[in-house]
Amino acid sequence: MLSYTVRRLGQLLLVAVALSILLFAWLRSLPGGPVSALLGDRATAQSRAQLTAALGLDQPIPVQYVHFLGRAATGDFGVSTGVQPGDGALTIFLQRFPATIELSVLAIIIAIGAGIPLGYLAARRRGGWMDNASVVGSLVGVAVPVFFLAFLLKFVFAVKLGWLPTSGRQSADLDATRVTGFFVLDGLLTREWDASWDALKHLLLPALALGSIPFAVIFRITRGAVLEVLDEDYVRTAHSKGLTGGTIRRRHVLRNAMLPVVTTIGLQTGALLSGAVLTERVFAYPGIGQALALSFERRDYAVLQIVIIAAALCYVLVNLVVDLSYAVIDPRVRT
Amino acid sequence: MIRFRTTRRERTEVPRTRSRARTVVALAAAATVAVALPACAQSQRGNEGGAAQSGGTLTFGAAGAPDLFDPFYANDGETFRVSRQIFEGLVGFKPGGSTITPELATDWSSTPDGKTWTFNLRTGVKFQDGTDFNGDAVCANFDRWYNQTGAAQNPALSFYWHDNFGGFADHKEPSLFDSCQAQSPTKAVVKLTRATGKFPSVLAEASFAMQSPTAMKKYDANNIVAAGDSFTYPAYAQSHPTGTGPFVFDGYDKGNGTITLKRNENYWGPKAKLDKLIFRIIPDEKARLQALQAGDIDGYDLPNPADWQTLQQNFNLEIREPFNILYLGFTQKNNPALQDLRVRQALAYAIDRKTLVSSTMPEHAEVAREFYPPSVEGYSPDVQDYPYDPQKARDLLKQANASNLTVNFYWPTEVTRPYMPDPRSIFGAIQANLQAVGVKVNPISKPWNGGYLDDVDNAKADLFLLGWTGDYNSPDNFIGTFFGSLNNRFWLQAAPWGQQLGDALRAADGQPDQATRVAMYQDINRKLMSQYLPGVPIAHAPAAIVVTKKVKGLVPSPITAEEFAPVSISNS
Repeated sequence: MLSYTVRRLGQLLLVAVALSILLFAWLRSLPGGPVSALLGDRATAQSRAQLTAALGLDQPIPVQYVHFLGRAATGDFGVSTGVQPGDGALTIFLQRFPATIELSVLAIIIAIGAGIPLGYLAARRRGGWMDNASVVGSLVGVAVPVFFLAFLLKFVFAVKLGWLPTSGRQSADLDATRVTGFFVLDGLLTREWDASWDALKHLLLPALALGSIPFAVIFRITRGAVLEVLDEDYVRTAHSKGLTGGTIRRRHVLRNAMLPVVTTIGLQTGALLSGAVLTERVFAYPGIGQALALSFERRDYAVLQIVIIAAALCYVLVNLVVDLSYAVIDPRVRT
Repeated sequence: MIRFRTTRRERTEVPRTRSRARTVVALAAAATVAVALPACAQSQRGNEGGAAQSGGTLTFGAAGAPDLFDPFYANDGETFRVSRQIFEGLVGFKPGGSTITPELATDWSSTPDGKTWTFNLRTGVKFQDGTDFNGDAVCANFDRWYNQTGAAQNPALSFYWHDNFGGFADHKEPSLFDSCQAQSPTKAVVKLTRATGKFPSVLAEASFAMQSPTAMKKYDANNIVAAGDSFTYPAYAQSHPTGTGPFVFDGYDKGNGTITLKRNENYWGPKAKLDKLIFRIIPDEKARLQALQAGDIDGYDLPNPADWQTLQQNFNLEIREPFNILYLGFTQKNNPALQDLRVRQALAYAIDRKTLVSSTMPEHAEVAREFYPPSVEGYSPDVQDYPYDPQKARDLLKQANASNLTVNFYWPTEVTRPYMPDPRSIFGAIQANLQAVGVKVNPISKPWNGGYLDDVDNAKADLFLLGWTGDYNSPDNFIGTFFGSLNNRFWLQAAPWGQQLGDALRAADGQPDQATRVAMYQDINRKLMSQYLPGVPIAHAPAAIVVTKKVKGLVPSPITAEEFAPVSISNS
């Protein structure tokens, strides 16, 4: 188990290096770049040349990459030119990461909290109204693009009804104290309850939009897995042994059905970032999804690199956690 | 059976007991954490946090993060919008106009040769750190600008100095600035190396605002470092901007994307009516619109012209006087036919600018007859006009043996500018006009920051769409920037008149007598439109700013230099 974990962690490093090389070469071969973004329509040929030289962008890409590696070894991953000019890319990432974690956690809680019980109940009452309604609901969840759902939710609940805020993480005039960067938690820690509640209100709509696809997928996988397990011999045996329905459901059906569901949750959590790019954009939510979109638009190489590499590492890490959690759920994996 | 029941109870109850124990332990741990953790973090809220105050708070939607808060190193509108509230210059813009008015200088005069300027300074003014504003502070600012070194000299940072004053104290390039002498606490004398028509108007630029010498020294304001493929900024530019203006910098909450300014209680003039002014960063234009509609923000800049009509129903949409130019540029490098004046004139006649402006531009947009708006000095009433005349265009092309003309026509994607609200439809209209007179158009579209500006600046296009929003009221800010050098987007080095045009522009700018200078610029404008025609002026497009009906006193500025000090907000 330990060697397996170590091996998987080693893969992380390989992924990071391979990605950094690919990204570095790809970004710098794209047309345009930070020079255009920094100077805009006021550039002259001379100012372009001066800035290109000052930023070292006139050197061959391998040379630039070696310089980048040298700086990265000292913890310097470059400085933003577009998202938050002058700030270190790593600082920006660390500053925005809690925002995306907060959003993703709520989204996945919503997805799991609704997806698993509904999936289970739908399977138990197969063909009933609840099953049919949930299946249709999940189909809509998968089929409707995240950005459309985000716009719809925002338009109805924020613009028309005015129940929830349209954008951002917290009302600026609250003057809330920052501790961890997780605004809901910060409000709890500092007993600024209004700040915590306000942050939660800001989270709700984006989390619903972001959680829609994971909900639909988790629901369908749960439903399918439970249906499959319900037909298994060991469930019939448990019934014939005289076990109570609750025990069978808890210990034999749910536990076995959870294996594919946990895998799905892992994959969906890893994939949340792609949804976060759109959701954070629509809700002007200052997380790494928004940073990714802005950094591409403004050709902010440093931020783009660190966000993509970090996102890839998160994806691999989440899947490692999923693999390890198999051991907890399924005793056969431990041996 | 009995055995089964016993086993089942054992199997079910034991884990249940264990599970209960686990739950109890988990709840106890959670409760401990919940009680203990708040002790680790103290609220740092001020007494006024969240409380209602007399002047209220205005939240304005910003399209992006400011680059930094030291306006000298900035060239982006989001930085200037914030810095204009914190800082003031020797001269400022008249509210709602583009001409200058006294600000920290009460009056000024120059010697007849236009090289020595004496500024009489306002008395009783203090910087926000409590230090005095006086002649020494004025010269400390001029000297700071002139003595920039290293990375700070890069045009990406000291853009407006480069653009207007040229070189630095190291004399690598000639500089317009010569010296500054504080003759007394209320008098500063600035010497220039030559006369220029843009002085002192240029000092109204946000970049040339007066900053506290003490704060700049304390927070190492000049310490700009080239770090890898970008620059790092000192503490002063990040969080300690210190001016004399009606608002004081209170903080930039990067985690929440908000910048907060507070009223300067020691301001020398009428105090700001608002207690707080908050800029909330909302990069997406549609999201800004919805935030306004939901009441989350009180206003934002540059609403999409397509939304103007909707906005006018429920909000105060202020339309600015157009102070920009959209032009179709000709690059005379790769397509020899474009070096023929008759071909360039044919293209001008071929474009139906009147229809283009009415169909693709917001209301109040005007067809441009010259390369800058009529409110700028030297605008000529009698330049050659190019009314829509496709037959004349065909005739001219025939005379120039260019009836089969093919052009690479560049247009940008992923961008809107105040002068170019919808590049696609503008391009489409011009393309249709050109095709109607037999010109074959190769459309080349590229993202604004993804190759378009690179290619246009490197003279790869034949035709391109570009424009300019004026920084201050001077022809040099428009045509001096466009055509002042030979190595530019138009590739004027290929034009026999390129050098002549550059010389004429420099001569006009260096003319101290205003009447003579105006006549010189009028002459240049006449030649630009009849003999040179490096491009076709298309339109002057108005830009708008929108606020809720609760907001009063906002005066729209043609150069987007709105001041929030006189603005108030009502609670109802």
